[in-house]
Amino acid sequence: MREMMKMVIVLTVLASLSGGLLAAIRNGTKERIEVAQLNFVKGPAIKQIMVGSSNDPIADRFKMPIGESETDFFIGKFDGKAKTVALEAFGKGYGGDVGVMVGIDVENDTIFGMSVTTHAETPGMGAKAKEDPSFVSQFKGKSVDSPINITNDGGQINAIGGSTITSRAISNAATEASKVYKENKDQILEKMKTF
Amino acid sequence: MAKTLTQEFVKGLWEEVPPFRLVLGLCPTLAVTKSVENGIGMGVALTFVLVCSNILVSLLRNVIPAKVRIACFIIVIATFVTVVELLMQAFAYPLFLSLGIFIPLIVVNCIVLGRSEAFAYKKGVMPSIADALGMGIGYTLALSLLGAIREVLGSGAILGINVFGPSFEPFQFMLEAPGAFIGLGLMLCIMNFIGKK
Repeated sequence: MREMMKMVIVLTVLASLSGGLLAAIRNGTKERIEVAQLNFVKGPAIKQIMVGSSNDPIADRFKMPIGESETDFFIGKFDGKAKTVALEAFGKGYGGDVGVMVGIDVENDTIFGMSVTTHAETPGMGAKAKEDPSFVSQFKGKSVDSPINITNDGGQINAIGGSTITSRAISNAATEASKVYKENKDQILEKMKTF
Repeated sequence: MAKTLTQEFVKGLWEEVPPFRLVLGLCPTLAVTKSVENGIGMGVALTFVLVCSNILVSLLRNVIPAKVRIACFIIVIATFVTVVELLMQAFAYPLFLSLGIFIPLIVVNCIVLGRSEAFAYKKGVMPSIADALGMGIGYTLALSLLGAIREVLGSGAILGINVFGPSFEPFQFMLEAPGAFIGLGLMLCIMNFIGKK
């Protein structure tokens, strides 16, 4: 009996200490991690989408709760007017989630530009979606009102050769981002006015 | 039995260098050694976890009941691995991206658990630190060496600097998984050959 008590106590104490330590470190590094993610993952993608914007879209951002988590929205101003908003969405790819930054033109409700952020797709195959911008450029100008599909699924987007699953993941992410934008359009527009 | 601290440290560098002599921790060895930089990053992360967990396990060796020792080791190791993961995300994000899943997988790396079980649980703090440092540095060197071979042959560059000039046709096979197995096999072969003399 004593031995069992000891086991329970040691494990409990060890686990609680570990939990406490990790919570402290997580709190301490949270801000830096967000900054690092913005700089190394989302930053380049946003800059690629918002080429020629008159502001810094990474600095002009706001958070909004979407579903269970918070989503970042990045604002791109052109000619001094906040015209585009970018958000990240995910689709299921061949090697896990594919993250796509989707820029939306709020005046025409169309896709302004897209760029892949994170992925674990096969190098030389699905990974081309990030390296070669000609695939994602097909999404430009597509309306956010209807789902976007690749030609294999009856849509208009030509899939990358040999990478149907990756192409489908990116189309799904675009559709998902459009959906989030449409459902929260009023709030997003309201927030954009403050910039 | 009573080895000096120096002996405990040095054995990890040659006699018992983890991937080549103990043939432990092979999964990350094969997967992340596409470049020297990745090899060093993985090695440093593992060394940190190894040193911290060896210290803690050694300090607690009289408190931890034998029947739940493995569970306790895993808690200790998992904690430090998560610490490394968070710190790497905060301060070396590009490295975190290229090492990916292999950082959390240090938890199940046989080297760390093996050293806790075979060494730190039975020995004092100082020898445990020496042992962890030796093993960690040996692992780092081994990974860097394998990374260097694969990077030079596979992309004609080392640490991103081109060494062969433009006429070199990169041997891309070395960057794929089979190239890792062949590289590792050849290194094991060379080490055994030298060791026999």
